[in-house]
Amino acid sequence: MSTLSKLSRRRFLELTGVSATGLLLGAAVSPASRAMDVLATATGERLNLFVSLRADGAVEIVAHRSEMGTGIRTSLPQVVADEMEADWSRVRVIQALGDAAYGSQNTDGSRSVRNFYATMRQMGAAARRMLEQAAADTWRAPLAECRARNHEVHHADGRRLGFGELAARAAALPLPGLDDLPLKGREDFRYIGRNVPIVDLHDMTTGNTTYGIDVALPDMVYASIERTPHLGGRIAAYDAAAARKVAGVLDVVELQGPEGPPAFNNVEGLAVIASNTWSAIKGREALAVQWRPSPHSDHDSAAYLDALQARVSGGPGRVARERGDVERALGDADQVLEASYRTPYLAHAPMEPPATLARVDGGRCEVWACTQNPQATQAAVASALGVDKAAVTVHVTLLGGGFGRKSKPDFSVEAARLAAHVGRPVQLTWTREDDVRHDYYHACSAMYFRGALDGDGRATAWLARQATPAIGATFDPAVTRLEDGWLSQTFGSVPFATPNLRIESHEAPAHVRIGWLRSVYNIPFAFGVCSFVDELAHAAGRDPAQYWQEMIGDDRHLDFAPEGFEFSNYGRAIAEYPYDTGRMKAVLRQLVANIPWGETLPEGQGWGLAVTRSFLSYVAVASKVRVDGDTLVVEELHGVIDAGTVVNPDRVHAQLEGGMVFGLSLALNGEITFADGAARQSNFHDYPVARLNQVPRVIRTHIVDSEALPAGVGEPGVPPTAPSIANAVFAATGQRIRELPLARHFDV
Amino acid sequence: MKLKINGRTHEVDAEPDMPLLWVLRDLLGLKGTKFGCGKALCGACTVHFNGSATRSCQLPVSAAAEGEVVTIEGLSADGNHPVQVAWRARNVPQCGYCQSGQIMAASALLARNANPGDDEIDAAMSGNICRCGTYPRIRAALRDAARATSEARAGEGEA
Repeated sequence: MSTLSKLSRRRFLELTGVSATGLLLGAAVSPASRAMDVLATATGERLNLFVSLRADGAVEIVAHRSEMGTGIRTSLPQVVADEMEADWSRVRVIQALGDAAYGSQNTDGSRSVRNFYATMRQMGAAARRMLEQAAADTWRAPLAECRARNHEVHHADGRRLGFGELAARAAALPLPGLDDLPLKGREDFRYIGRNVPIVDLHDMTTGNTTYGIDVALPDMVYASIERTPHLGGRIAAYDAAAARKVAGVLDVVELQGPEGPPAFNNVEGLAVIASNTWSAIKGREALAVQWRPSPHSDHDSAAYLDALQARVSGGPGRVARERGDVERALGDADQVLEASYRTPYLAHAPMEPPATLARVDGGRCEVWACTQNPQATQAAVASALGVDKAAVTVHVTLLGGGFGRKSKPDFSVEAARLAAHVGRPVQLTWTREDDVRHDYYHACSAMYFRGALDGDGRATAWLARQATPAIGATFDPAVTRLEDGWLSQTFGSVPFATPNLRIESHEAPAHVRIGWLRSVYNIPFAFGVCSFVDELAHAAGRDPAQYWQEMIGDDRHLDFAPEGFEFSNYGRAIAEYPYDTGRMKAVLRQLVANIPWGETLPEGQGWGLAVTRSFLSYVAVASKVRVDGDTLVVEELHGVIDAGTVVNPDRVHAQLEGGMVFGLSLALNGEITFADGAARQSNFHDYPVARLNQVPRVIRTHIVDSEALPAGVGEPGVPPTAPSIANAVFAATGQRIRELPLARHFDV
Repeated sequence: MKLKINGRTHEVDAEPDMPLLWVLRDLLGLKGTKFGCGKALCGACTVHFNGSATRSCQLPVSAAAEGEVVTIEGLSADGNHPVQVAWRARNVPQCGYCQSGQIMAASALLARNANPGDDEIDAAMSGNICRCGTYPRIRAALRDAARATSEARAGEGEA
């Protein structure tokens, strides 16, 4: 057994709910929520903020992170149950309301397990200790003779008491101190590291789930909103009377947009309120809204990318990281390569579009939303309504996908404002067209690389520049360039041992709402970096897998500080989570061992690979493609992940499978373009995402066995996938793809 | 207007052009059928209409009144249709949102072809988008369900 030491006592008390601000949750059960499991509330004796226990032995474990498909509603409670010695079959998972008492609930950045694994173990261990103490008190026996095991506490002499029998007595005990709170050893784990099926599995296969779009209240109305097509647009004119003539339409409501930056505010729009969704959508179509222009209403994405491209290939930008003398190395080189890459805007397009039910009553607001970030929803709604945060209750439903879109609560702000105006609960469902046209878009990017090779083909210099609109611009228009924090995502943190290296950043003012999408800036930057390494390998006449190993160089922990680069390391200390080139090289070696790398293939077929470190995990991906005339088929995808300690291996495999498919999807199809400030795409016919017939019949995933600290899982499968495919296309055809998506070059 | 859904007759008061999807969800409270695109592009709203996989977002309720509708809630009495069983055995769902439609499309495929080949599976299932990327498991689970269905039918034949 190891002893708890990492969590401060103050933090522990906050998490166990005894601090002054700790709230007693689960008091209110709304009429709508009784039959909905995701919205159920805890009813047992509370042992700490995350664990309640009923007299019948049912253990209620709070999931405070949002379920959007990673399995987190299962994985974190699974950790609690393990440390608590609870029988998983008697565990009921309770979804938390939005509440700062839990710490961060922002389910984003592949952080849930890596940031809460230790906390969940402590919550389970604390509950176990209280149950053991309750049994010891009952038996008047020393604590040391009482051990919890599989939902019972056993005495050394054979007596036993069930957890349920101990519930009241345990709940009355003081919380145990930190110093004597033992944690299990790995050999004693019952659930951690095991494939526990997700708690929602049966409901998801029988249609018995509750997503944001599904919540209903008896007297609610439905809303659909026509929004400004260009950022910052204002309503000029519309025909409310025509909308009101549509059967079922009850009202037309103006929703003013923000004066300042978009942030999490609603965009300006006109809402149609109706007795059902269909009437609201039809009413909207009759509005014939005209919009005033804005400084962004002439945004043209093709011209914009051309301008960014000219900037990066035209000259130096702000230097973010520098080692040696790149210019001299380029001058001395036997061979100099240069290449420009670009990637388009992307939309998230989760299968469930943004949706919220809101009720405003007597200065209080209640929101049911498919949100990744219930505390941000609470804050944004409170701000929009001009009420205190404490007056806003946020229920978290299941999320039909999220990918970063649903951590922006603009859609809940809309619903809350409408509910306040209408005086009845409002269910707001975005159409797919709304979703594609009013996203917080993934940034487009222009990149430029120059590499120097010596006479033996060794890389002696790496120069990389990019111009990419910043997420920060969504909150502050003065942010016009990526700084080290975002550049830490692959572009600035390249692990290469080249003696000379320089990373630069150029201006790229934003003209649309820029947001974060699954793996964020790693998407464009992994495409550029991992493609250009492949270019260097081929220019050197070397095997790319071997060349990668040499580019990375010796096994070591990278130190970016001497090169002037403030590496953000996904918010964790570099001493705790080092950038370990040995682990990076190992996933690449494992990948090559898993596939017939180097096999002789017929003409038009090829393998490609790429490796990245993102969200503290190391992932290598290989693709096999077949190019037949203009047609490109990806035939195989193989991934290897080193995510450190893994809680639920099956869900890690699933996230790597899904991450690679997400990467395949954006590589083949993904592109949002703008003309006159407006997105030109609207639905899955012109913004296609991967379908079954595009997905390889061979997809294999491999998890590296590791006892290292847990790292991210939801996102890291995405970044290496697109460059692995593009590199495979080069191997198959000799055609170098420097612009995504591949649909620009092939029939996919 | 009368609708036959999951073996029961429902009386609904709806505009004739209202798609069946919104009748199911907003008027009848059957929320298992999901909205994803409204244009028959994603398959999230798939139901069985007279036994065929049908996008309910494009089926006007006036047309639906002429036949029998089965939704995910009515696919099996106990949630144990071979497709549902296979989906659980393979841990197919991630977010789960598209899976009602996937299961309805898969069960309709197996009803007309108990042993589909890979190309037939691709053809029948490519109208159903899964943004989480559960496709490899959908393929595997569908093959499992096909095997279970074939074996069950063979067993019936022998009996």
